[in-house]
Amino acid sequence: MAVLRNGVPQPNEWIRVADDQPLPENAKVIVSVERWRSEGERLRQLNGALGVFLKSDQSPLLIADDLHRLSLVALEFPKFTDGRAFSYARILRDRLGYKGEIRAVGQVLRDQYVFMLRCGIDTIEPPVEKRVEGYAEALREFSVFYQPTGDERATALQLRHQRKAVAA
Amino acid sequence: MYRYDQFDATFVRERTAQFSGQVARRLAGELTEEEFRPLRLKNGLYLQLHAYMLRVAIPYGELSSQQMRKLAYIARRYDKGYGHFTTRQNIQYNWPRLDDVPAILAHLAEVEMHAIQTSGNCIRNVTADHFAGIAADEVEDPRIWAEVIRQWSTLHPEFSYLPRKFKICLIASEHDRAAMRTHDIGLRIVRNAKGELGFAFYTGGGQGRTPIIGPLVKDFVAQEDLLSYLDATLRVYNMHGRRDNIYKARIKILVQALGAEEFTRQVDEEWLRIKDSVLKLPEAEVARIRRYFAPPDYEKLPVYVESFEDKKLSDPDFARWIRANTHDHKVDGYRIVSISLKPVGAAPGDITADQMDLVADLADTYSFGEIRATHRQNLILPHVRQQDLFEMWQKLQGVKLAEPNIDFVGDIIACPGLDYCNLANARSIPVAQRISRRFSDPKRQAEIGELRLNISGCINACGHHHVGHIGILGVDKKGEEFYQVTLGGSSAEDISLGKILGPAFSYDEITDAVEAVVDTYLDLRTGPAERFIDTYRRTGIDPFKEKVYGSLKERRSAAE
Ligand code: SF4
Repeated sequence: MAVLRNGVPQPNEWIRVADDQPLPENAKVIVSVERWRSEGERLRQLNGALGVFLKSDQSPLLIADDLHRLSLVALEFPKFTDGRAFSYARILRDRLGYKGEIRAVGQVLRDQYVFMLRCGIDTIEPPVEKRVEGYAEALREFSVFYQPTGDERATALQLRHQRKAVAA
Repeated sequence: MYRYDQFDATFVRERTAQFSGQVARRLAGELTEEEFRPLRLKNGLYLQLHAYMLRVAIPYGELSSQQMRKLAYIARRYDKGYGHFTTRQNIQYNWPRLDDVPAILAHLAEVEMHAIQTSGNCIRNVTADHFAGIAADEVEDPRIWAEVIRQWSTLHPEFSYLPRKFKICLIASEHDRAAMRTHDIGLRIVRNAKGELGFAFYTGGGQGRTPIIGPLVKDFVAQEDLLSYLDATLRVYNMHGRRDNIYKARIKILVQALGAEEFTRQVDEEWLRIKDSVLKLPEAEVARIRRYFAPPDYEKLPVYVESFEDKKLSDPDFARWIRANTHDHKVDGYRIVSISLKPVGAAPGDITADQMDLVADLADTYSFGEIRATHRQNLILPHVRQQDLFEMWQKLQGVKLAEPNIDFVGDIIACPGLDYCNLANARSIPVAQRISRRFSDPKRQAEIGELRLNISGCINACGHHHVGHIGILGVDKKGEEFYQVTLGGSSAEDISLGKILGPAFSYDEITDAVEAVVDTYLDLRTGPAERFIDTYRRTGIDPFKEKVYGSLKERRSAAE
């Protein structure tokens, strides 16, 4: 299944591996926090890139010390109304300084997509039944943003005062 | 008042277009009803008992005359010719059609209005003291900061899918006219020892089935740190608030579970990491917003106006209205006028399109075009010259908007109840109407004095019954409507939660019961200066209990 980056479908290079499945060699694998904890040493010796999957009740603080070894953190949206992972993404970026890929999986709807990007999420796995073009449309819906979140979008506040500085 | 610049205007246009798209996708089946529901709620659109209801935001209750005329137009064209002001300084329409909603939103956008975040599990439309900018006792105009919060909270990317709704209220004086401590976050603007302005955070208050008076969790947050402290508070709540049980999902439950101290520790820990980030509020932005709230061009007026004083002496009805419905303005020669939306026998907070138009005209003629909505479901014309009051009062009388009952027993807060709301146990509006008819004599109301009576149709407490001096709660007893009475609540600076008087009353008994409570108070009070709430606090609930159930027994046996 494809993933979306900036609204554009891309092949999914990552494999989510269940806790009772063997790990493939030379692949990009996503494992649970539990597996990462119990088999961390062995996992690091594998040749591929590693990602960890956080359930919606698992804070990124659980893996704070390991982030430098992780190329991806996947955040779960078990229901689209469960917004905890928005805060987890912010914590990963702002508080823990994580620079790798953050991916949203689960019930991620197009009407949440911009919020996700603004919180620092890079890629999403949209539910199969959803029209993927809708997500690209969603990115064009707004040109004005009020909240500074640390992403690169200029806020209304910055534009207001920039404009004045130029005019002055 | 605040005016949109190009960014605000573009934003609201884009939001309106987005919602139209969401409606279209719902109608095309691309969105399931389950998926559409939170989206429409975040845009103020509820499905009620009989129809959709659209709740339009009036940020911190401030309206221009032009906006009021637009609200009248919408009431006429898309509703049944009236609107309803709510306890959150908003207005709702009870009969719009789903396919008209995008058009209504487009009309609203023309006058810089919208329905964003008037519902749903997000940060709701912010409220503030309705005397902001005109009260002599404030340390700062809270509207400036309410506007800062409005912008910060609008489509917040991180906090649009919270465990539950989230309400913020702002005041800036010791007097609490906005029920600040019944909010998820109540903010009071204060000055510290160095004379700097900042915010006291009262976090985790609320009503509903678990009423809690918001504890002071932080006594001073500097102005520039307002947004980072809000972000930190909401982040802790978003991550740790309960999502397994909607009755335990508000922040008040989290604050109680952790204890205010531990909660504050967690917020502070988060805050210290982000306070010097992009969230630091630039001085220039505050200054920009502050300019919009510069005082209007007040005239230099005499304090004593002979014609006004004469009218008060010669016309006791006018004098009564002045005493009940006007308050001191911080500028000499002006008064703050409250327009009661509680005429005898009416549904509290309802207003017709014609009345809206007249209020808009009065605002233009007498009050610099400004209007406010209050959390007690009334309106305010903030700056009226004393010499204009008599003429204006006559015009208000002409449209039945001159009821002299502000803060009296007839000034009832009532939720929509069983007439509209699908969660209700009992009717609220007809109870309010009966009580207001029982106390229809304005002289009697004035004699009783300040008495706040609040009615909710179920335990969700939208009618603020816990904090009414007299609170009435609709309960269901084997399919019949009953009403539980609480006494001694207050939402002001002397905030307290009411205590249950005793067994509930039937629909036919509740008016008598209220009257018996009031009569008991009149017997007990030391004099007219002792308000109902003061008498209650002095005597406790027992004498009320005795009298009310005693008199009820008499009436029952007399009826047999
Ligand atoms: S208190 Fe209950 S009945 Fe009244 S509006 Fe709220 S939910 Fe409905």
